[in-house]
Amino acid sequence: MSAVVETAAAAPNAVPSGARRPGIWAVYRWELTKLRYQKRTYLGLGAAVLVPLLFVLAIGLQPHRHGGNNGFAFSDYLTKSGLVMPLVILLFGAIWLFPLIVALVAGDIFASEDHNGTLKTVLTRSLERQQIFAGKALVTATYAVVAIALDGTVAVIAGCLENGFNSLQTLSGTIVSAPKGLELVYASLLVYLVPIAAIVCIGLLLSTLFRNSAAAVVGTLMISLVIQLLGILPGLGSLQPYLLSTQFNAWQGFLRSPTDWDPIIRSLWVCALYGVPTLFAAFLVFLRRDVAGG
Amino acid sequence: MTAAAPIEVRGLVKRYGELTAVGGVDLTVESGDVYGYLGPNGAGKTTSLRMMLGLIRPTEGTVRIFGRDPNATVAALEGVAGFVEAPAFYPYMSARRNLEMMAAFDGGDAPSRIDLALDTVELTKRAGDRVGGFSHGMRQRMGIAAALLRNPKLLLLDEPATGLDPAGMRDMRLLIRRLADEGMTVLLSSHLLAEVEELCNRVAIVRGGRMVYEGTIAALARGAGVVYRLTTTDDARAQAICAAQPGIGETKIQHGKITFPADDEAAVGELSRALIEAGVLIHELAPQTVNLEDLFFSLTEGDGAAPHATEPLVPAARDAP
Repeated sequence: MSAVVETAAAAPNAVPSGARRPGIWAVYRWELTKLRYQKRTYLGLGAAVLVPLLFVLAIGLQPHRHGGNNGFAFSDYLTKSGLVMPLVILLFGAIWLFPLIVALVAGDIFASEDHNGTLKTVLTRSLERQQIFAGKALVTATYAVVAIALDGTVAVIAGCLENGFNSLQTLSGTIVSAPKGLELVYASLLVYLVPIAAIVCIGLLLSTLFRNSAAAVVGTLMISLVIQLLGILPGLGSLQPYLLSTQFNAWQGFLRSPTDWDPIIRSLWVCALYGVPTLFAAFLVFLRRDVAGG
Repeated sequence: MTAAAPIEVRGLVKRYGELTAVGGVDLTVESGDVYGYLGPNGAGKTTSLRMMLGLIRPTEGTVRIFGRDPNATVAALEGVAGFVEAPAFYPYMSARRNLEMMAAFDGGDAPSRIDLALDTVELTKRAGDRVGGFSHGMRQRMGIAAALLRNPKLLLLDEPATGLDPAGMRDMRLLIRRLADEGMTVLLSSHLLAEVEELCNRVAIVRGGRMVYEGTIAALARGAGVVYRLTTTDDARAQAICAAQPGIGETKIQHGKITFPADDEAAVGELSRALIEAGVLIHELAPQTVNLEDLFFSLTEGDGAAPHATEPLVPAARDAP
């Protein structure tokens, strides 16, 4: 029987060797194209642009304060350097803004195929399920990177226009030059992508599991919020370093002198613990599922 | 080396918990066949087709498409195209954009066939419009266009004419006929006997997930048995003569006329001689048109036994262990 199968593989009905076979790149390119057609993409990226602008506006309209009444990190320096703006947004965005922005696409990317009934359409072409999964996961990651980079860049530009491209005071109290400060801001954005990637993986899993876009987006956001709440429950303080929400603060290691690599390194492996199994589970669910509906 | 059959399905079963959607399907579609997969709604046709396309894993049994397993690799679908249920596309993209995407996912020279495919299904003028605004019939045609991009040797179509208006149905059948004439092997599921009768040379009839007939349409028609109609000057005597006559089956009175099945024309000829010799004059003695529809209903709604079937029925004893 296996011989039959093998000879059939070389039968004339197979695509002639040398013919261009599609791969992950085809999926990636077309998933990007599809994102460009969808409102949710612009909703997410729009929020990534608008939030820093509104933040700058709100701070600019407030009477200048001296002394850190609000007491959050960098609150004293908000008006001293525009470079503080992206960092403050990273601080507050971790609660729901960034998880929501990435969940919008991650939770939808598989579920929307169920909604449109198009999974059967794409799965009966010449691409293996693995390739479709990989292409979709990579596009979601690309979107997340673009969203964070866009948000950070808008915050840097708007912040510096408002408060100047000035030197930055680190959390240790030392002053770094503006170019060095800019470098630290982008290093922070980079490290911020690590927990974002874990959220992406959770979103992808819920998208494959629920087959419903709204449920997957809300579910991803809920998981992110519940993990944060675990951290403030009394008696669970020892869990704090291992919560996903804590990893959203790992970038602050760059704002200490000397650089504190501990939270950054911990963020890498803790987020891998959250992200890798969920991504793998999403992969298996997608690979094995019966495409019975739609 | 003999080429593997386009479709070879053996002992195909799909169960969802307690529910058996497909309860043992065997069929072979040979190259050049236009094969009808006939059954009422809910008979498991779509589930079977999904298994043939690798979308659903069978609980038991095997599917081979040109000798390869579509559940193992999508490479088994090279040279194969089709759709299950209503063809679905991305509503926010134009018809052409959708087909460009499908062609990119097909690879090879599929992109070069987009214009021809749009032309074949007469959607060239609407190619720039978003699929979201398309009617059901246009989406069905899009489904065919998307299939043609793959330059298929085997086309699997799930109820392609369902939901179309009469003109749309006619056009769809003409298109399928044309594709078949060009040498494409077609498997076509349908709940409409007339459609299968018009298009197909072979047919499998399924009911409640089980196959109740597999064979040629001609054999099915023969299997329906030829029934004769008789009116005479003395029907009561005529019935008695029929009963005594070899090769003549049991008589019935339908709409005031005697009807009976007969083994062959010779037996009917002998009957007419016997009637005349007995002084019973014949007003009418003629074969009734073969009614496939009645047979179809008896297969799909009755006890599942085909009267006078000349080809063996698929064994019913494929019960789940």
